[in-house]
Amino acid sequence: MVQTMPKSWNKETKPHMFCPGCGHGIVLKQLGFAIDKLNIASNTTLGIDIGCSLLAWNFLNINTVQTHHGRTTATMIGYKTAKPKRIAIAYMGDGGGYAIGLQSLLYAAFRNDPITVILVNNGNYGMTGGQEAPTTMPGDVTPTSPEGAPEFGSGFKGPELVASIAHEKAFIVRATVSKPLVLNSMIDKAIENQIKNNSFSFIEVLSICPTNWKMNAKQCFEKIDVMEKFFPTGILKGER
Amino acid sequence: MKSSYKFITGAEAAVLGALEGGAEIMYGYPITPSTEILQGWIEKAQCNKQLKYLQTEDETTAGFAVIGSLLAGAKAFTATAGPGTILMQDPMSMAENMRLPFVAIVMQRGGPSTGTVNFSQQEVFLTAFGGNGDGLRVVYSPSTVEEVYLYCAKAFSTAWKYRFPTVVLGDGHLSKMTTGVKISKLIKPFASNPILPDSGEPVYLRNCFSSEDEFYNDRLKKNITDWDNAKSKISISEQYETYDAKELIIAHGSVAQNAKEAVDIFRASGRKVGLFRPVTLNPFDSERLKKIANTVKKIYIVESSLNQLSHIVKYEIYDAKAQMVEISKPAVGFSSNEICKLIMESD
Repeated sequence: MVQTMPKSWNKETKPHMFCPGCGHGIVLKQLGFAIDKLNIASNTTLGIDIGCSLLAWNFLNINTVQTHHGRTTATMIGYKTAKPKRIAIAYMGDGGGYAIGLQSLLYAAFRNDPITVILVNNGNYGMTGGQEAPTTMPGDVTPTSPEGAPEFGSGFKGPELVASIAHEKAFIVRATVSKPLVLNSMIDKAIENQIKNNSFSFIEVLSICPTNWKMNAKQCFEKIDVMEKFFPTGILKGER
Repeated sequence: MKSSYKFITGAEAAVLGALEGGAEIMYGYPITPSTEILQGWIEKAQCNKQLKYLQTEDETTAGFAVIGSLLAGAKAFTATAGPGTILMQDPMSMAENMRLPFVAIVMQRGGPSTGTVNFSQQEVFLTAFGGNGDGLRVVYSPSTVEEVYLYCAKAFSTAWKYRFPTVVLGDGHLSKMTTGVKISKLIKPFASNPILPDSGEPVYLRNCFSSEDEFYNDRLKKNITDWDNAKSKISISEQYETYDAKELIIAHGSVAQNAKEAVDIFRASGRKVGLFRPVTLNPFDSERLKKIANTVKKIYIVESSLNQLSHIVKYEIYDAKAQMVEISKPAVGFSSNEICKLIMESD
């Protein structure tokens, strides 16, 4: 029988609060399976950010703290500093990680802080109504880019930037919700890199936002095909 | 441990105080005039490997890393000033919302903005009432280097006992001046515990709520009630020569030290002046001030900011009958003779 719900999910809070069809559900499912497989639920602390990701504040059966503006990274660094033996995971969106909280993300990578950052890239600011994000692709129309996102200053390539300054022991990858099993194995590797190498790991996950994209499921996955061409998936740094 | 006398700076006193209070981890970003606290802590950490530190990329990360360590049960803190105090409002607001025992040492410099690097009392509003909430934070305003030591130690116990963010608000003069200080062993610090426990049922902490009613009923109401109950236990003030005073100076921090001398000068000439010094700017010891304020004819509020202390005083003793005179020199200090002169000129 195919297991549909990870053991580490908090069943009391399901069905979840995300919009129908939201990619966060897919990412959190694979995170849950990774936590199950590594058997680390009791030894893990999760930090989640503002925006859509905050809806996961009680999503898993693990200690969770919600903060904002990408400072989830800094909060998890502080937690890990005080509790080096526990596993610290920061979960955020593209606004928190790549705009307002980029500084925290870059320095975590630069210092090789031993935490795992999972960043969901759905190309817009979902919770506030789909505004332009650093990751909005050039030409895409949003409420704050009505003439289409400009050629320059759009389509921020986070993992490439992070990999360029990260330590050689860091694990940096871009995955996608269209390939959940690959995503699962990347989350596994990212957490293992924290455990085994005491090093930084970063996963960007290309994701879908049916509500703000105003698309049905089929259209969403057609759109993610286009995103995958613009944002190539795969491991940018670390063991393959 | 017996008491010892040391000839040290305020920044060194702050580090010793933090250690006495049980601090384990410091995060910070260098900014004058608080930098020497970070440096001093790192120096201590070279000898004591139990102490941890990180010089972060900005004050925001310093503050949120403090929060991360608090969640793990470690006594963590930061030190900052001026524009750094502005950035620190973000983590302090989170700590205020979630009742986290955040400790910050703020050494005031001149503002607004980059301003000057040495001295002011202009960060009173920001530390006591900053953030995007209602200002449920404890602010100690030490007057001497020795008090910097005492209140930096006490801040950790206050924060962990009452679970309100706690600030020790000094200034550049206090941070940089070197003076003789009595370093005494204080009462055992209040213990810290992991806020996110290592075992048992998972704990979920959030600072975002979906409705106004839920936020007020589940979070703010309790915070405000706890604050109201703790106020009288936390608030501290010093009264100097107030027993027969006809006139009262109100000053805090290092300005109060010179105001005390001004009281001595006035007393030597037979003028019955006293000093009320709020040690906690928030919560304010209004009970004691009210009693004194009703027995004097005139109150002089002396401060190195444009009436920030005065705003607090006037709110706390709004019905006092004494005439109130504001003597303020934003971002500039006072000598004791100057305080006397300005008071006499106001007659």
